[in-house]
Amino acid sequence: MADTRPGAMSRIIRWIDYRLPFVAALNHELNEYPTPRNLTYWWNFGSLSGIVLVVMIVTGIFLAMQYTPSSEAAFDSVERIMRDVNYGWLVRYAHSSGASMFFAIVYIHLFRGLYYGSYKEPRQFLWILGVIILILMIATAFMGYVLPWGQMSYWAATVITNLFSAIPLIGQSIVTFLWGGFTVGDPTLHRFYALHYLLPFIIVAVVGLHLIALHRFGSNNPLGIDAKGPQDTIPFHPYYTIKDLFGLAVFLLIYAFFVFYAPNTLLSPDNYIPANPMQTPNHIVPEWYLLPYYAILRAVPNKLLGVIMAFGSLFILFFVPWLDRSPVRSARFRPVYKWVFWLLVIDVVALGWVGANPPEGIVVTVGQIATFYYFLHMLILLPLVGKLERPRPLPSGIGAAMLGGGARLGAAGSPMAKP
Amino acid sequence: MLKRAFAAVALSAFVLAPPLVRAADETPPLPHQEWSFDGIFGTYDRASSQRGFQVYKEVCSVCHAVKHLYFRDLADLGYSEEEVKAIAAGYQVTDPQPNDQGQMYQRPGRPSDPIPPPFPNDQAARAANNGALPPDLSMIVKAREGGPNYVYAILTGYKDPPPGFNMLSGMNYNEYFPGHQIAMPPPLSENAVTFADGVPATVPQMAHDVVTFLAWASEPNLDDRHRTGLKVMLFLVVAAGVFYAAKRKIWAPIH
Repeated sequence: MADTRPGAMSRIIRWIDYRLPFVAALNHELNEYPTPRNLTYWWNFGSLSGIVLVVMIVTGIFLAMQYTPSSEAAFDSVERIMRDVNYGWLVRYAHSSGASMFFAIVYIHLFRGLYYGSYKEPRQFLWILGVIILILMIATAFMGYVLPWGQMSYWAATVITNLFSAIPLIGQSIVTFLWGGFTVGDPTLHRFYALHYLLPFIIVAVVGLHLIALHRFGSNNPLGIDAKGPQDTIPFHPYYTIKDLFGLAVFLLIYAFFVFYAPNTLLSPDNYIPANPMQTPNHIVPEWYLLPYYAILRAVPNKLLGVIMAFGSLFILFFVPWLDRSPVRSARFRPVYKWVFWLLVIDVVALGWVGANPPEGIVVTVGQIATFYYFLHMLILLPLVGKLERPRPLPSGIGAAMLGGGARLGAAGSPMAKP
Repeated sequence: MLKRAFAAVALSAFVLAPPLVRAADETPPLPHQEWSFDGIFGTYDRASSQRGFQVYKEVCSVCHAVKHLYFRDLADLGYSEEEVKAIAAGYQVTDPQPNDQGQMYQRPGRPSDPIPPPFPNDQAARAANNGALPPDLSMIVKAREGGPNYVYAILTGYKDPPPGFNMLSGMNYNEYFPGHQIAMPPPLSENAVTFADGVPATVPQMAHDVVTFLAWASEPNLDDRHRTGLKVMLFLVVAAGVFYAAKRKIWAPIH
């Protein structure tokens, strides 16, 4: 990082920096940037998701150099990458496993925010930008999944685009417009490819705004109280750069395990069969990171209502800062919300399980209960708990809590809290 | 019309799926074979995959293509350059370019040629196989739930149908095939091939060898992937250790 001691910065950099304060900005935002001193490893997932975004863009660009986006050639061009392009298998598996890693990290990041109330005043906009990123990611991942033009690619594209046909009156026209024809076909693949290349750069732009919003007030922290002065903060570098680096290495170990030893466990075998419009797979299942929405979609017997609720389960996140009116951010000091939070985690995992299984017998019942509970949590429990719960007393400051008796109190809340 | 298309999709996804899945549930669990390529140190057994190539060439290739494989790829199985040339020359292939007179012509294969398919197109394949399309085998191990164990189970899972089972004409009973009716007749029989290395050509032996070959065909870079992965993981373990030590040291005054 930039060194701001007058003698150390070369005259050229100073000349430039006077006119374009880029190095100074980097120094301010990445080096001296004051950060709460008590962030746990749960706070690693923000920078991790940024790094995975870069990995996805870089591997994606190299794949694009070899990929052919036509319904005739797409499947074979992916196989060519796997077999004949030097280290093509590595780039493709890094990209396909990377998508799963990206969602895993972002979901942890999101639930971290829910647990510690990171969406509350004054960080509502930070949260909203995060939800926008998630929606863009889902769109990007879906279109990327279509590109290899295997059986699941084709049928996922068919099922998902058909959701729009539920819109009254103009639904069918919208679907035809999305397809660029009367069925999923070559024009669909071409436009999905163009958009799959475009959207990640829009994500980068929104991530930029997310960071600006973050740095306006700084990170929230496990205690959920504001940093009140220098005794509560430490500079980002070297403390959090090294902590993030350690977290990155651990994450890369998990990522590398999937890339090198289990690259196909998260993919459907059906997607190694070329797309065949005449033959529907037995069991159309989306990727694991979309299963909860899929479960909500199927839980409602009415198609239009199912589509509204599946999209609604995502869009409702925009309103979380106003649904949860509790003045206390961190669940560590919210004895009731803490339980409600973990119930939501169990509920979402249950929805994922429901989405992965054929809708029969107990699966349908569980899906309907879990869908009901999801909306109950968001619309009823969040406001109600915020109103009725009696939060535990907050420590006077971060530094005081870490050094004094409050540290014990703070550490009790999370299994990953630092010793 | 589009509404009907959606209805068809929805129907097959939400309504037809359960009975099909239930039918699949009746199949016994797949027999689990020991594969040389299992686990993080796994590599393809070269002798086995060469025998497997022989089984493919002498048995499977009568009906099944391996369109993603080139003769040159066979060098991976441990064949020398000369052997690959000889294998390729044993096939007649149609040159992709016409000759000077504008005619397409046949010539002996070269290592740079794809392994030629048994049928010129899907229609010809169906016409020769009672309407059934023999799938391309170059991805078969990756393209089926259960992978190598599934393909092995299909090859060895032929039985007489249970009494009262309603067989369609021209179909064969296979324990592991979804719905149990498979168009492919039992492909392997005792001593269908003669292995040069003297290994007895029993049905389980041939099935095991040909699945090893087909697993390689599906994922030819597995050996390289496993080797590279080990180096990457070791590097990352060391890096994580160094970062952790540095983190402890840097944070020491904070705690």
